[in-house]
Amino acid sequence: MHDSAQAVFQTRGLKRFYQMGDVTIQALRGVDLELFSGELVVMLGASGSGKSTLLNIMGGLDSASEGSVHYIDHSRHTHELTHASQRQLTEFRRHHVGFVFQFYNLISSLTARENVAIVTDISRDPMTPEEALAMVGLEQRLDHFPSQLSGGEQQRVAIARAIAKRPEVLLCDEPTGALDFRTGIRVLEVLETLNRTTGTTLAIITHNEVIGEMADRVIRLRDGQVGDIHANTQRTPPGELRW
Amino acid sequence: MSTLHRKLLRDLLRLKGQSLAIAAVIASGVMTLILAVTTLDALTRAQSDFYASHHYPDLFVDVKRAPLGLVDHLQTLDGVSRMAPRVRAGVRLAVTGFDDPVRGQILSLPDGRQPSLNRLHLVAGSLPEAGRADQAVVSDAFAEAHGLAPGDTLEAIIDGRQTRLRLSGIARSPEVIYQAAPTDLLPDYQRYATLWMNERALANAFGMEGAFNQLLVTLQPGADAATLGNELDQALARYGATGTQTRHDQQSHRFLEEELAQQRAQAAILPTIFLAVSAFLLNVVMGRIIRTQREPLAMLKAFGYRDGELARHYGLLAGLIVLLGWALGVALGAWAARGLGGIYAEYFRFAEMHFRVPAWAMALALGVAGIAALLGTWHAVWRAVREPPAAAMRPPAPQRFRRTWLERSALGRGLGHEARIVLRHLLRHPAKAGLSVAGIALSAGLLMMGAYQLGAVDKMLDQQYRQVMRMDIELTFSEVTPARAAGELRHQPGVLAVETWRRVPVTLMHEHREYRTSLLGTEAQPQLRQILDIDGHPQALPGDGVMLTRFLAELLQAEVGDTLEIAVLDGRRQRLTLPLAALVDEPIGVGAYLQRDSLNALLGEGPAISGAWLLVDPDQADRLHRALHQLPRVAGIGLLSEAERGIRDYMDETILMFALVFVALAGSIAFGVIYNNARITFAERARELATLRVLGYTRSEVARILLGEIALITALAIPLGWLIGIGFSALLNQAFSNDLFRVPLVLTPYAFGFAAAGVIAASLVVAVLVIRRLGRLDMIGVLKAVE
Repeated sequence: MHDSAQAVFQTRGLKRFYQMGDVTIQALRGVDLELFSGELVVMLGASGSGKSTLLNIMGGLDSASEGSVHYIDHSRHTHELTHASQRQLTEFRRHHVGFVFQFYNLISSLTARENVAIVTDISRDPMTPEEALAMVGLEQRLDHFPSQLSGGEQQRVAIARAIAKRPEVLLCDEPTGALDFRTGIRVLEVLETLNRTTGTTLAIITHNEVIGEMADRVIRLRDGQVGDIHANTQRTPPGELRW
Repeated sequence: MSTLHRKLLRDLLRLKGQSLAIAAVIASGVMTLILAVTTLDALTRAQSDFYASHHYPDLFVDVKRAPLGLVDHLQTLDGVSRMAPRVRAGVRLAVTGFDDPVRGQILSLPDGRQPSLNRLHLVAGSLPEAGRADQAVVSDAFAEAHGLAPGDTLEAIIDGRQTRLRLSGIARSPEVIYQAAPTDLLPDYQRYATLWMNERALANAFGMEGAFNQLLVTLQPGADAATLGNELDQALARYGATGTQTRHDQQSHRFLEEELAQQRAQAAILPTIFLAVSAFLLNVVMGRIIRTQREPLAMLKAFGYRDGELARHYGLLAGLIVLLGWALGVALGAWAARGLGGIYAEYFRFAEMHFRVPAWAMALALGVAGIAALLGTWHAVWRAVREPPAAAMRPPAPQRFRRTWLERSALGRGLGHEARIVLRHLLRHPAKAGLSVAGIALSAGLLMMGAYQLGAVDKMLDQQYRQVMRMDIELTFSEVTPARAAGELRHQPGVLAVETWRRVPVTLMHEHREYRTSLLGTEAQPQLRQILDIDGHPQALPGDGVMLTRFLAELLQAEVGDTLEIAVLDGRRQRLTLPLAALVDEPIGVGAYLQRDSLNALLGEGPAISGAWLLVDPDQADRLHRALHQLPRVAGIGLLSEAERGIRDYMDETILMFALVFVALAGSIAFGVIYNNARITFAERARELATLRVLGYTRSEVARILLGEIALITALAIPLGWLIGIGFSALLNQAFSNDLFRVPLVLTPYAFGFAAAGVIAASLVVAVLVIRRLGRLDMIGVLKAVE
């Protein structure tokens, strides 16, 4: 499908160094890849392979040390993220991408509905929080606080929060990492349905090989570089995954 | 309401303990300003309104006796607006059922009418009816003290003749707002009274028919008081004028002005210190609270919230806390000002007193607190939003710890794990630890300033009444008396010792500076009324020349060896020149002393005295009072125990009341700072503490780490707090020096102990709260929150 499809992300020679205490970490050592409109990509890699760093840079949460990242929006307008100012990155995050984090990162003082509303408040054409929560099957839990929700429910609130602004791209960092098998599958089903029905480009990073089977393409990262890229001939429905 | 605003309210609720503690700090700072300024404003307006509405004169001239016919001529002098001649006489009173001697003054009223100057503010009853010689109006404080009402009677001795007066009314007057006897520092409402009678009746009783002995004058706008004063002096010189006096020479006005000056000093210095301290603390605490919000802030940023929106959000959080603290401070300040104003109304008898909180003070307080909070918030938010959100969501890199002297020294090796964690943490964050120490030290400094104020006034009074004024009774004669009268006094019942003195009113001049006071002549080394320096050592009077209180010498800019010009304002009105021979650092009053023999010689008189000091046997006090009351020359009988009680009451109710309020506020600031400090330390280290708990540390072991840090910071803050306290006390001391008192800068061990005990007590309360919180620490929750 990507032959005919439009590229959404394009990175060239992407590098990222960190100073952690006394140690310099080379998280990315030159990454070249594309993400295409409407596809579901799973990025696989061991801990420390640089997958979270890559996702953060694509999402405008972090900046590259070297190389370039381009984002092409639905009106074919190209955004150069590498040299974008903080203000431009903020606008990019605000209008184009949604995030799902491993640890949900909900705001504990807000209810499920309000956690979604905090994003829809600043979006151009959002769903209502109720719609977004219904899409993840939480229409019955609107007024619960995070502490009153299970881990899977919290992650689904986080997904509702990410999709409510109708982003062009949804970036998920280990969305099932903190969940048990059954709940993890439920979350993946929500993400897969979303990709299939709304055409939102979806990038999931995980260290769980099995999840790769539900993707259009699997990108393996090793030691800060792209190891190999593999296209699935057919996507396995999440419900059939086992690990 | 937007979701962000909802989050704000929930955050406020979640932080309610800390928010309230910060609000208390702000409220304390704001309250000091509002209290001081509102009280000052009410007193100042009460004074000026009373003066204006009841025509308080600008100039006062005392004469021996001048014909009333002279007034028509004087009225034509340039600059005179109104002029009112009157008769003023000393009086001794007897109130049924009250044995102590009562002194007073009687002032004349135009028959049956209000005077044109110094109009009376009648509280009850009416003016004496025209033509009545047996009616009088009495000052309200005296009436209150004795439960007198219109219709009651008093026995009065005017010029040696006894008359019975019936009270027609009770009144206040702008000239006796402060109703103390001329020789007293403080009012004694039971023993001193002002009465008003019809002019003809008083003139008859006092031998002043067709004449006056005091002239009151108001000036036309723009008129020069000094020029007119000189003309009046010349015109009245041959009638025994003692020099035109201004308002500043009037006891009531003078004391009120001193009190207002004191209030002004207080209003300038204390709120400045308090507001500055609370602004600093607010800045630090708000900054640290924002830093604990690092993750939610990064999260909002990841969603695309703009820096400005986030800054506004946290600015609003700070703003709401400030607003709460400010409103609380204004309300409490206004309430306390009303209470204190009520106390002042006991001492200063105004016609009316109205309280309003000046708008500028409210705006200033809000501005200072708001700016401090926003600066602290802005700085912290700015640092937080500058960080890329991904970095903020990653767990912070392990902080760099290195081996330090701590590990290498024997002390370090001997320390347990907990102590080492505490010490390393403080050494790793010297700036943060420094700010915590500084915050607590500042509140300790405030506590010490309060303790200093409470202690210093007490010490000053102890010195004045235990060491300086060692007599029991101060007798004042109605006229200059031969010194041999001392012998007669020695034979009165219960008199143990007598020392005589001569006092004469003078103007001291040095170059172009002058000061009106009195010159006191005593024995070379008086025993019953010692002259002490600031260290409490008795000083002997120099053989020739005059000794001045250092404060007075500084006013005159005179040094030892300089020549002073002295204009005597009594008797033959000589002009003398005398060397300034010595200085003395007295804490109360401003004095000018020389040996009595020298003074007699300079005045060209034989051994003469104006009064005597008596040491008496307390068992015979009543007999003695009755006997002294019968002596014809005695104009005043001052009981020192009464005077001391009066001044202590006054101090307790005014200055010390203020000091207590400030100590309470300093205490609440100390608590607010220590509490916030502990809460933030707790928030910052919750993960570490939970990890230790998971690893099997007991609750008390973990508590030791947290409490160890609080204890260490408090211990470091105390000595610094003492230094700051010394500084604050010196500032306050400087601001409080005036003609009446110079509170010595004596810092007792009590003040040091009080400051230390205050912060330690606050730390203990906080420790209990923290331990309770530690019990609720959610180990799993804290550890799960971040990788």
